[in-house]
Amino acid sequence: MCPNEQQSQPTSNAASSRRSFLLKLGAALNVVAASFIGIPVLGYVFSSFSRRGSYQSWVSLGALENFPAGQTRLATYRNPYTRPWDGPTADIPCWVRRIEGERFQVFAINCTHLGCPVRWFQESHLFMCPCHGGAFYEDGSHASGPPPRGLYEYQYKIENNQLLVKGGQLPTLAQPL
Amino acid sequence: MLRKIALWIDDRVHLSKLYASTAGHSVPRNAESWFYVFGSGTLLCFILQVVTGTCLAFVYAPSANEAYTSLEYLNYQQPLGWILRAMHNWGSNFMLAIMILHLVQVFLFGAFKYPREMTWISGVVLLLCTLGMAFTGQVLRFDQDAYWGLGIGAAMMGRVPMIGAQLVRFVLAGPIIAGETLSRFFTLHVFIIPGTIIALVSLHLRLVLTKGINEYPVPGKVVVKETYQQEYETLLKKDGVPFFPKAISKDLVFSAVVMLGILGCALYFGPEGPHGVPDPTQINSVPKPDFFFLWLYAVLALLPDYLETILILTVPVIAIGLLVALPFISGTGEKSARRRPVAVLSVLIIFLGLGTLNYLGTFSPWSPQMSAWSAEQTPFKYIAGRTPLERQGAVVLQNKQCRNCHALNGGGGLRGPALDGVGTRLTGDQLTRQVIQGGGNMPAYGKNLSPAEVAALVAFMQTLREPNQLPAQDSTSPAQPRQEQKKVAQAAR
Repeated sequence: MCPNEQQSQPTSNAASSRRSFLLKLGAALNVVAASFIGIPVLGYVFSSFSRRGSYQSWVSLGALENFPAGQTRLATYRNPYTRPWDGPTADIPCWVRRIEGERFQVFAINCTHLGCPVRWFQESHLFMCPCHGGAFYEDGSHASGPPPRGLYEYQYKIENNQLLVKGGQLPTLAQPL
Repeated sequence: MLRKIALWIDDRVHLSKLYASTAGHSVPRNAESWFYVFGSGTLLCFILQVVTGTCLAFVYAPSANEAYTSLEYLNYQQPLGWILRAMHNWGSNFMLAIMILHLVQVFLFGAFKYPREMTWISGVVLLLCTLGMAFTGQVLRFDQDAYWGLGIGAAMMGRVPMIGAQLVRFVLAGPIIAGETLSRFFTLHVFIIPGTIIALVSLHLRLVLTKGINEYPVPGKVVVKETYQQEYETLLKKDGVPFFPKAISKDLVFSAVVMLGILGCALYFGPEGPHGVPDPTQINSVPKPDFFFLWLYAVLALLPDYLETILILTVPVIAIGLLVALPFISGTGEKSARRRPVAVLSVLIIFLGLGTLNYLGTFSPWSPQMSAWSAEQTPFKYIAGRTPLERQGAVVLQNKQCRNCHALNGGGGLRGPALDGVGTRLTGDQLTRQVIQGGGNMPAYGKNLSPAEVAALVAFMQTLREPNQLPAQDSTSPAQPRQEQKKVAQAAR
């Protein structure tokens, strides 16, 4: 029996008090049940806020011979953070500049202004962005236009004559590579 | 017998009561105006969008791997798929356009004032939802524009302080644009936003019924909270007509025009895109938003960089806040636009601003023309009669991509000033300095040009002027102009 019943007033008040208690109990149970259901739903939807750590991992851009010294070339890699239905979107391009020997600079394709794909012009040694007219020098530093900083640069390492970069994430101002 | 059946149905289903409380509700006779057709027009567009959108969803595959192919399939193989896609696209353009007309009409007619504040606010949220549909719909047309459009959205989110990185991952459903991103936008476009719109439209219509349609404003007749309700009820009693069948005729005519307009545009222009496989390694893409977001694209190019982040993050909040607050700022008083000069001026200024930005967005003078350096000719008049050094400079000008930003004779980018007549504006020294050091939004070419190339380039640019024009002069060396004058005189002869 409900403990509340003992405190309730006799006769006519008893029924309405029982009813209002049941209403409160029903509402409270619903709040509890709904929040139990809500926890996994919200956790599922907002999982991006709880995940810690990096999505990035080392991927190969190919053999060192593909990148002649003093030149900047387009390279692509398959996104390491991938799903079977990603299709062509998982092929990520980047610009590889081999300064000399084992000194490289690997730039993200995304302009630091609003993420459009920058293009390299060998003749004028500039990266130009087609969207809002940003330009960058060959070392990735800002040359002109609206971008707030130089090009995003990947971490790189060399293993077994392969050039590897740490890829897997879209670089933004909040989280450069 | 038929009458009996009709009465039985009405008794069980309460149709006549439904009619009296909805379509038959009383409206002021003067609200039966051509200015009052835009609300129903917007609703009609939405219904059409639901119909055509549902049909498209029968075939469209919301998977990053398949979406593009399924769009092509809709265009070329699915019977009548092309016209469904075209009608859905034009339906969205019409919906947004008519909705904005509705907004402006409601604003200028003072319909947002007491007691219709909530009608206005629900309308503002509906506008935001519709813009959301426009953006997510553009993403579902999963092509290069969609891919890089998502990148732009992510880059904007990335400017939010503190939680920028998490927001980017939330919007993209992962660390990068991929399969889950498209699924997320599909869910938004097909379930979440349309569901919200249906709920809000119900509220909006319910408020139109309970608070009544705005009477046609009369200059000098002001809204006073204490008396308005009474006056409105008297007006309805004295000069009210049932919406159906007395006041609906103009809405019906407009609806038919809208439907024929959408169909006509769909037949004439056909479906939009998809433009290019959403493969980011195809870097020769020049992403551009759809028409209704071109103004934003222009704003982002034209803002000075130090203002950009602040304005991107605050202006939308302030603008939405102002729209929501409007009925509380100016909830009473004059309704007629004839007595509200500030309101009329605001509309004019906002539309002039948006129109100008959209116009600039269509040809985006701030973007370099990526192929101008190799595709544009050097105008003959700028080569004829030039010395070998000067012609060498003309080659340097092409080869070093100067034309991507600087036009010659109308061909080339508009990012920097056109170089026709640059010889009259800058002296040789000034040209050399500008080329080597850059500045004023131009990269410095000092490291990328040999001294010989600079000399040739400057020599060529000094000749870029009409034969009868004097070159730019340096006031500190007065000997120079006289020699040049002689040369000009000779050339003229």
